[in-house]
Amino acid sequence: MAKTDSRSWPTRRTVLEGGVATGVLLATGIPVGAEPADTVTAAASPTPVPTMPMSLRINAKDFAVELDPRTTLLDALRNHLGLTGSKKGCDHGQCGACTVLVDGRRINSCLTLAAMHEGDEITTVEGLAEGDQLHPVQAAFVARDGFQCGYCTPGQICSAVGMLGEARAGWPSHASADVAAASVALTDAEIRERMSGNICRCAAYPNIVAAIRDAAEEA
Amino acid sequence: MQSFTYERAASAEQAAAAVAARPDAKFISGGTNLLDLMKLEIERPAHLVDISRLPLDRIEETADGGLRVGAQVRNSDLAADPRVRSRYPMLTQALLAGASGQIRNKASTSGNLLQRTRCPYFYDRNMPCNKREPGSGCAALQGFNRMHAVLGASEACIAVHPSDMAVAMSGLDARIETILPGGDTRAIPIGDFHRLPDAMPHVETVLGHGEMIAAVILPPPPPGRQVYRKVRDRASYAFALVSVAAIVEKSGDRIRSARIAMGGVAAKPWRATEAERTLAGAAASDGAFTDAAEAALAGAVGHGGNDFKIPLAKRTMRHTLAAAVESA
Repeated sequence: MAKTDSRSWPTRRTVLEGGVATGVLLATGIPVGAEPADTVTAAASPTPVPTMPMSLRINAKDFAVELDPRTTLLDALRNHLGLTGSKKGCDHGQCGACTVLVDGRRINSCLTLAAMHEGDEITTVEGLAEGDQLHPVQAAFVARDGFQCGYCTPGQICSAVGMLGEARAGWPSHASADVAAASVALTDAEIRERMSGNICRCAAYPNIVAAIRDAAEEA
Repeated sequence: MQSFTYERAASAEQAAAAVAARPDAKFISGGTNLLDLMKLEIERPAHLVDISRLPLDRIEETADGGLRVGAQVRNSDLAADPRVRSRYPMLTQALLAGASGQIRNKASTSGNLLQRTRCPYFYDRNMPCNKREPGSGCAALQGFNRMHAVLGASEACIAVHPSDMAVAMSGLDARIETILPGGDTRAIPIGDFHRLPDAMPHVETVLGHGEMIAAVILPPPPPGRQVYRKVRDRASYAFALVSVAAIVEKSGDRIRSARIAMGGVAAKPWRATEAERTLAGAAASDGAFTDAAEAALAGAVGHGGNDFKIPLAKRTMRHTLAAAVESA
């Protein structure tokens, strides 16, 4: 069937754009000091649930929110603070798409409650770049084409940033021959083992490993 | 997820009292297993007491040359501690063989001990499971039981304990120190900590409600070479089919003593005491390793899908003992 006027149909992109706009409107997290100063409660639902106030520090900005205690850190980021870089893949800690850094350490944001992270320094993929200057791991993923669809990429990148810190600190891995050795060489086998908590459905693994190897050598 | 209230514990004593005061309350620490089960409504606490910030996150030397590992020490910090890596290498190996980098950064020492089985029928609320719903039956007995127990199981439950860390700790004769709701403490040998299923598979440890793990005590490292070996379906990030932790002390060509624990075979870390007895004083040879493996699995019972685990466990034990002796 010939398309006569593509604009009369909702395309994937217009739906996505609409979704983004809606997401921004629904975002209830208000940076501290922004106008209005009041915190905003979670959107009204048929059966109101008790909420609790919490303050979260994300990408060097403070947010005051009032959330259902059940809210995972991932849902707080995506649904309440408009930070949709962290992705929900499996929601069970198996895929790594939701990986963020908490006090510099990589964790699955889907397997932790937002309330448990008051007082922590949380970094998402949105907070890695310095202005227009990409983080070296981000730049390496671009240079090496370390993705196909890109859905797992924010988690891969946050995980790699955390993992490189662990390797610099001399932490061994299951791939290390001698766990007592003071330092570790980041071979491809080491990178693959250390990144096993991040799944790529497109199987862009060779380029992901290459990107991380580049970033490790650059550091 | 069922609704709950949340509080951050101010002290260990207050945390124990807060959970003890409510039968529907639970401790939460790393949360990597508990929240997963709460999402599926297998765990349904109405109140959570967050103990993750309690000052139980240090690894300290004990007077006798061992280590006292705080309950809130993260799995990754325990694995990376230089004292653990040099003196208890099989504990580091076991920790690094489990989960992913992200989960090890979050999961606590106490939570690792208390994590629940990954039996698919425990996770599937449409299926009978005596552990999830006492009296409902065990779907694994006649079902998909490739991952299940071959030792210490019962007609009520054939689930396994999924921890690698606990297997190494069992071989190291660790003790688990707890705080009771009244403020008293007690120390439980790790071999007495987890319960076999018998008729009550839903009761998995000897802890009372509100009793909180404060620390794990590692006695001074025993003499001998330590090796942890895990066999699994994937090269990484998979639970054990079978694992073996072994410490073998040699004297000339003979074995002076051995300590062996197995994972993936029972509802608790399985200490292979019969195998240890077989090895004490024996010549360090393939024959002795085979005798030990036969002794360890003598009482093993398969359930169809997991029959392969019995020969696999024997081979893994022979291989692990040989590796420990070669480099001893």
